Amino acid sequence: MFRRTEPTDCTILWDGQELPARSGESLAAALLAAGVLAFRETAVSGAARGPLCLMGACFDCLVEADGKPNVQACMVPVTPGLVAAPQHGVRGLPETEDAA
Amino acid sequence: MERYDVAVIGGGMVGTAIGYGCAERGARVAVLDEGDVALRASRGNFGLVWGQSKGDGMPAYGAWTRLSIALWPALAERASALAGKDVQYRPVGGLTFCLDEAELEARRAFVHRRHNQGHNTVRIVDRRELEQLMLGCPLGPEVVGASYDPTDGHVDPLTLLRGLHAGLRRAGGTHLPGAPVVAIDAAGGAYRIARADGSAVEARRIVVAAGVATTHIAAMVGLDVPVRPVRGQNIVTERLAPILPMPASAIRQTGDGTIQIGVTSEDDGVLETPTTTAALAKMAARAIRVLPPLAAARMVRGWAALRPMTPDGFPAYAESATHPGCFVAVCHSGVTLAAVHAGPMAEAVLSGIMPELAAELHPARFAGNPEITRVQAH
Repeated sequence: MFRRTEPTDCTILWDGQELPARSGESLAAALLAAGVLAFRETAVSGAARGPLCLMGACFDCLVEADGKPNVQACMVPVTPGLVAAPQHGVRGLPETEDAA
Repeated sequence: MERYDVAVIGGGMVGTAIGYGCAERGARVAVLDEGDVALRASRGNFGLVWGQSKGDGMPAYGAWTRLSIALWPALAERASALAGKDVQYRPVGGLTFCLDEAELEARRAFVHRRHNQGHNTVRIVDRRELEQLMLGCPLGPEVVGASYDPTDGHVDPLTLLRGLHAGLRRAGGTHLPGAPVVAIDAAGGAYRIARADGSAVEARRIVVAAGVATTHIAAMVGLDVPVRPVRGQNIVTERLAPILPMPASAIRQTGDGTIQIGVTSEDDGVLETPTTTAALAKMAARAIRVLPPLAAARMVRGWAALRPMTPDGFPAYAESATHPGCFVAVCHSGVTLAAVHAGPMAEAVLSGIMPELAAELHPARFAGNPEITRVQAH
């Protein structure tokens, strides 16, 4: 669906699978370039979703990145070895009040 | 020129509810609206369908609110069908949290006043009862109690507005967005409403439901209705797993999982809708004292809207003495009152007979009249 115009220079780990990526590009761009279209399932209907706006506005590209839930993949720059996973539905909150 | 039975000036929650109600009763209705640029309180509405705090000092407003809440289940069913989507009306009860003994004592005094004025469903609950009402809810240690009213609830206000607009169209009504109204003149047994874009419509009856623009437009039909804008800021978070089973004043979890946090009351008269970091931070800080896990939640959006406020904060309804058939309806609780607006108020516009409770909310009270002048049916 998408073709890279510049070479990759690192890898990231997506849902346990190593994918080629380029440092500094957005995580959303790296996933799309690797053929990943479904980034998450919605919190309301459970339908699969992927990026729409790619500019931080639509919140459709939510993933879990470096252990943080509901992160906008289009706003996360790729760093070598970045660990990310699909956002499965609604996130919970930590039980303790000092968690943040 | 198009001639209508009823022209409603204002396509927000109040005007659309009344217009929908009139159209459903067979009237030929046009709703004149400024469109997307309108300073629409409907967009800032917190979505509570709420009686516990309404009518302290004005029992008629309390009773009018209770009547609306009684009519709400039927409206919710119709609006959901019309919107093609559940309006998420959930009359699950409502709370006003108290975060220390002083707040609780003040709330207790308020609840006593409400009882004395005929609102008996609200009561004070202590921390232990709160925990029983909301099993597993991670309330902060500072929450000492709350006022609780089992008849209160909440709804998705944007879907409600969509449903009311759909209902207006379904019943043959016309929505005319575009330009503000600049003049109203009597013309051959009807009124001619001129708009800033040069267009005009004629109608036998007019309802001014123009929110923060009410004063200016009501004056065109001989009604003196002082209304000022009061700004409210809102926060909405990312969608979260269920954490707050019951809506509360200034904090609720919507049907889609977001937490909505309100709301400021900025009475500076400025007709603009900026947000301020200081106000949003203060609102968020209090929400975190109520529900500490929210400290880890992300804010997705903050926004502000202007509520139309009368001098005493209660709604104002009247038919003009000088321009028969011209009405005004203004309030800051367009969601809670949507059911009476689509029902009894729409009937009043068509019949000219104001419901007794609404008649007690005549804006003549602002002119310093000790006796409220009731508009006679004509």
